This record gives sequence, C-alpha cells and structure tokens, in this order.
Amino acid sequence: MSKVLDNLKYAESHEWVRVDGNTAVIGITDYAQESLGSIVYVDLGAVGDRVEQFGEFGAVESVKAASDLIAPVTGKIIAINEEVVDNPELVNEDAYENWLIKVELEDTGELDKLLDAAAYRELLG
Amino acid sequence: MKKTVLYEEHLRNKAKMVEFAGFMMPIEYQGIAAEHRAVREKCGLFDVSHMGEIKIAGKDATRFVNYLITNDVAGYGENKMIYGLMLKEDGGVVDDLMVYKFSDEHYLLVVNAANKDKDYEWITGRREGFDVAIEDLSDDYSQLALQGPLAAGVLQGLTEYRLENLKAFDFDVFPIAGREFVVSRSGYTGEDGFEIYGSHPDILALFSRLIEIPEVTLCGLGCRDTLRFEAAMPLYGHEIGPDINPLEAGLGFAVKTSKDFIGREALLAAKNAGLKRKIVALELLERGIARADYPIEAEGRVIGRVTTGYMIPTTGKAYAFGLIESAYSDIGVEVLIHIRKNKIKAKVRNKKFLEKKYIK
Repeated sequence: MSKVLDNLKYAESHEWVRVDGNTAVIGITDYAQESLGSIVYVDLGAVGDRVEQFGEFGAVESVKAASDLIAPVTGKIIAINEEVVDNPELVNEDAYENWLIKVELEDTGELDKLLDAAAYRELLG
Repeated sequence: MKKTVLYEEHLRNKAKMVEFAGFMMPIEYQGIAAEHRAVREKCGLFDVSHMGEIKIAGKDATRFVNYLITNDVAGYGENKMIYGLMLKEDGGVVDDLMVYKFSDEHYLLVVNAANKDKDYEWITGRREGFDVAIEDLSDDYSQLALQGPLAAGVLQGLTEYRLENLKAFDFDVFPIAGREFVVSRSGYTGEDGFEIYGSHPDILALFSRLIEIPEVTLCGLGCRDTLRFEAAMPLYGHEIGPDINPLEAGLGFAVKTSKDFIGREALLAAKNAGLKRKIVALELLERGIARADYPIEAEGRVIGRVTTGYMIPTTGKAYAFGLIESAYSDIGVEVLIHIRKNKIKAKVRNKKFLEKKYIK
C-alpha cells in the first residue's frame, strides 16, 4: 500500500506540495516512485526557471523510461534538491522526505485545484 | 492475452507483469538494475517462452531457408545456430532470427514474439517451388534463458552432458534434471549462457529447480533489453525494421550476397549507391538519458533520431544508438540530442560498450 501523508496537497499526476509560508516544496508521491521502480536520473530544471501550474518542468527517469514532472503550482524555482540530483535513488527510499524543488508561490488560490490526502487516496483506489 | 506456463511462478515471485507481444510477461522482479548486475556478475534466469519457433523440414529445407534469410546456412554443420535476417524485396527487414540447424533437411527458426504470426505468413507465402513442410511450433515450446558467468556451472550441476563440448552457437538435445531439452550456448546478453527449449511441463519443472539454486537471480524483460543494448545487439523495431536495412544497421556480417535471397538486389543497389544513413553508437557527454525517438542534431538541423538509449545500470554511463545521416557517422563526431527542452552533447563512438564473454 502506497503511503499518503495527511498534511500535503496532491496533483493527479502524482506530485505532492507542502506549503511553508509562501514557499511550495514539491516532490513525487510514494505511489509514483513505486510505479517507476529504481530512479536513476532526475531532470529538475534550474533555479530561476518559472514553472506553471500543471505544466511540465522536468522528468524523473527509471532505467526503463522517462516520466514527466508536472508542476502543481505556478512560481519561480528557488531551490533544487542537489542531494537528489546526485543520488536519485533517495526518492525511492523516501519520496516525501526527499523533495525535488522549492517554488515561490504566486497564487495560493491554486492550491484549491489540488487534491487533499483523502481525495488522493481515493484516486489511488 | 496469452500466459506462459510460468505465469503463476512469476506472480509467486512478485514480478511486475506487463503486456508484451500478446503475452503477460515479467518486466522485473526486484528491479532492472539489480537483475542487470546479476547477469553480468553471476547468473540470471529469464522466461522467454513468448519467442516464436517455426520448423522447416524437407528435401529443399536448406535451399528454402537460404532463400528466406540473408546468411548462408549451407556451409554450417549440424547442431549449429546461425543469425540471419528475413528481408522484404525492398531490403527492409521482416524479422531477425536465429536458425537452429538440426540437419540439411530440418531447421528451427526462432523469431521475435511480436513478429511470429507475420513471419509464419511471410514464410508460407514464399514456399512455392520448394519441397518443404512449415510448422508453427510456438505453442508447443516453452523457453528459458540462463545467462551469466556462473550459468555453465549452475547448469552442469543438473546434467551429465559435458557442457565444455558445447561452444558458443552450438546446440544439442540432452537431459537436464531427468527431462530432455534442446539447449544452445547462446543468448541476448553478451554473456556466456544457454537458451533452453522444452515442453511446457518440462520447462516448468526445470524452472522450479533452477530458482532453488542460490546463484540464480530471476530476471525480467526490462534487464533483457538493457543487457542486449549494452552488448550492442539490435532489436527489431529499433535498430532494424521495415524501413532500416541490415547494412544501415551494421549487420553486414550476417549478409551473404554471394547467394540468392529475398531482398538481395535491393541491398546491393543500396550498397552501390552508398548508404545514406547508419546506426551509430553514441556516448552522452553531459548528464541525461537519451530515449528512443529523441531527435539528433548537427550543424543546426536534425540529422536523425535515437533508436535505443539507456543509462547502463552497472556503470552509470549513458549511451544510445541512433540512426543518423552517414556524413556524421565517423567516430568522434559530436552531435546534440534533444532531451525535453535541452540539447545534450554526445559523441559517436565504437559499439563496443562491453567486452563479450563467449566460450569459443
């Protein structure tokens, strides 16, 4: 059974967001890492890039395939988790501890378009 | 959806199952990287029962097989395997296959699962003028592949047949663990190993024996592809296909134009005109993984596309095969691979990603 944390917001494309003031911390869910299998590479763009809600901003790659990363909120990337860039398998170990990017949140209203934990659990069935 | 005789075994061993060529097949058990490593360092066991087997027998069997495929089976002795390709008249590839020569009047063609029905139809459609019987035995055979440096030791523990007498691309029929199999010293990984054909119950019994052996790791189709790629072997639909001929793919060693075969004239014409495109090996010079169909660019324009690409699990190196214009195919030429929004530098290199370890 994939882990879903109560205090996060989720996109249907299996990214999570934790809001910290006006910073959105973004990662992929436990379900996503499990479906991908061993992650060998992450492509997260660069600090200063602007991402748009539900727009593609990078990819996580297993041996077999690349899977697009979709931004759950709009804003400028203010941090990239370099530890994950160097050791992508950390995402397999704990997908919630090992975030991918931090974004400066522009519109908190966008969070309403995301799923809460209960709705995301329902999506996973 | 078809299931192999080992379907329940795969579920019991917690395989991730996917549909492949009309079969439910294991893509991985514990993970592609670990399974890839197991084959390079120890011994991996694959269910490859989805592969197709077509028997050709009769007085004209040698002449017929030679007419169908690019390689020349006439010069080979009995109990030898020969790699070849079946071509369309225009030189495009119908399929690539291994020919098992039992005798001048008896051959078994082992073909790609996804192409099996098309192949059978192709072969039967060209039998006129040949005294041969053609039989699709795919539903009668199951197949295992046991691959890696420890494969010979593992198999020797289950048979009295002296495996040192079976060299690379030899095959024979002999008992393992009390049941009879067709066994070739071959595979699709670049390692020493064996491909083993038998009836469904016999393969199930052998599989159950083999997975009890501690040196043996269960392997899925995921690492089968990373292994064959690292060993620089082509895959139908990627490095060869209806629109990529064997010379473009660098498979000239398996093309014998000294004899007649379907597609020969087209190949000779293409060769005389000069090959416009070639499959090359690429080494990525920046971080990234090239995947099939990503565009390849040089001098400001697209000159081809990636056919297969991986980050090799054991070495972490990112390599690719690409089909590109011949003008850019020399070793050392730098190109750009389009990976999402980025253009990643790559260099044409030799295809020897790996030293093959066949027993000669």
